[in-house]
Amino acid sequence: MSLSKVLLYGFVVLILAWLIIPVLIILPMSFSGARFLAFPPPSWSLRWYESYLGGAAWMQATRVSLIVGVCSAVIATIFGTAAAYALNLTQSRLVRSLQALLLLPLIVPIVITAVGVFLVYAQVGLLASMTGLILANVMLGLPYVVTSVLVGLRKFDPTQEMVSRSLGMNRWRTFFAVTLPQIRPSVISGLLFAFISAIDETVVSLFISGGEYQTLTKRMFTALRDEIDPTIASISSLLTTISFILLMLAALNARNADRSQGRAT
Amino acid sequence: MTKSTRNPSELHERREQRLMLLLLAPALLVIIILLVLPLLWLAWQSIWQDGRFTLAHYERFLTDSVYWATFLQTFRIAAIVTLLTVVLGYPVAYVAAGAPQRWSILILTMVLLPFWTSVLVRAYAWLILLQRNGIINSALTGSGLIDTPLRLVNNEFGTVMATIHILLPFMVLPLYATMKKIPGELTMAGASLGGSPMHVFLRVFLPLSLPGLIAGMVLVFVLTLGFYITPELLGGGRTYMVSMLVSRNIEVYNEWGAASSISVVLMICVFLVFRLASLLIPFERIMGTR
Repeated sequence: MSLSKVLLYGFVVLILAWLIIPVLIILPMSFSGARFLAFPPPSWSLRWYESYLGGAAWMQATRVSLIVGVCSAVIATIFGTAAAYALNLTQSRLVRSLQALLLLPLIVPIVITAVGVFLVYAQVGLLASMTGLILANVMLGLPYVVTSVLVGLRKFDPTQEMVSRSLGMNRWRTFFAVTLPQIRPSVISGLLFAFISAIDETVVSLFISGGEYQTLTKRMFTALRDEIDPTIASISSLLTTISFILLMLAALNARNADRSQGRAT
Repeated sequence: MTKSTRNPSELHERREQRLMLLLLAPALLVIIILLVLPLLWLAWQSIWQDGRFTLAHYERFLTDSVYWATFLQTFRIAAIVTLLTVVLGYPVAYVAAGAPQRWSILILTMVLLPFWTSVLVRAYAWLILLQRNGIINSALTGSGLIDTPLRLVNNEFGTVMATIHILLPFMVLPLYATMKKIPGELTMAGASLGGSPMHVFLRVFLPLSLPGLIAGMVLVFVLTLGFYITPELLGGGRTYMVSMLVSRNIEVYNEWGAASSISVVLMICVFLVFRLASLLIPFERIMGTR
């Protein structure tokens, strides 16, 4: 191996370490027995996990976040898949020009989105409500679903639908019997992305959530801004473990997608 | 449908279009009601106050130095972050695209893991690492390299560091996708024609990877312009970005007109960046839908 290659690989290894270490460092910190941040921790304990799992406010916030995550991901997946299906099939330029609109939530700076949603919710009385949180996260999750399903549909041959319909199945049944099974991996990855985006969302919920319906991220943000509470380390470790598991699921899902694609062609 | 007359086929087409619009309607409605209308509302609010037209909120951009300083600092940070993500992201994508599949999967997983980790979690991690009595400072003072702890966080340095950490995947992924499509034969042909590796890279590989590079740069730049959580938690009040100016005007001063005008100007900046970039590559390419 030439010297330049060694240098290149060394540089990349350093960058990857820099990416990973901050994520992993939280794990030992969460088992610390001390109130202050010291590394390595002077003693070990489970007190920060107890403080999280035993804290009524933390538990309520976690429940809210999970409900919002699941509901908004499911709704965004249904709406987003329908939209992507239409965008993929349509011949009409009018419809196609609407695609950019569906990606808008990714482009608008999140604070502006938050302020805008606050304005609307203040008018219709959805502030500090579960419905409001779910709707806002549906909007934020849509671009992920649309993008992912569109990519899946591009690989799908639409003549199969025509065959199925010419054999007498209606559109609705054709979609569920022929199309959906073949684009399932991209629908699932859209669902996972929408879920993660909703669980992770902080800024909009800072503005619109409150009272009984505060999300976990809102509580974490306030806790981080006011004082560094080591309970955050235990929550962070749990969240990271969950996202790691989801990432593995997504990777498996992608591999299955490759395989089923391989079979189809 | 081969022998159908013109009329039924036209009818069919119209029915098709109606069905497609119907399928799009739920998604579109959510976005229009929760995003497009509020944006228009903000624009209206920025020029209409107490029942009359006013440009007072925009005049502040010319007179108030806080506005100028904030926008300047935000653009400077966005430029620094974009440049550094190129420097860090390009080699990672290059190695991942050229490596055997098993290695490239491992590298991409390592890039994606932080991507899937909450931004708050990572802000916390950087606080632990960079604090006055944090891990890096204890290691440096412990080994006798420095006497007094360095100021690594609660300033622009900490903000930039954490921002790059969050946005690096947005650079690596489009770059990787583009590089993967560059046929190996091209670089081999360049080499067989006598080009040195560096020469082949600069003349063949780099130009072909440009679309991915531009897409990554646009995404990183625009996303940094709107960053809020990271500067708020790691900036220590010294790093003041546009998003914070918007939120302060509402939360602290209850100044909706001012917040609206800042939002409008920030939105225009974002659209201009996309507009400029779309002269070079199509919008769908930047967003990864094509």
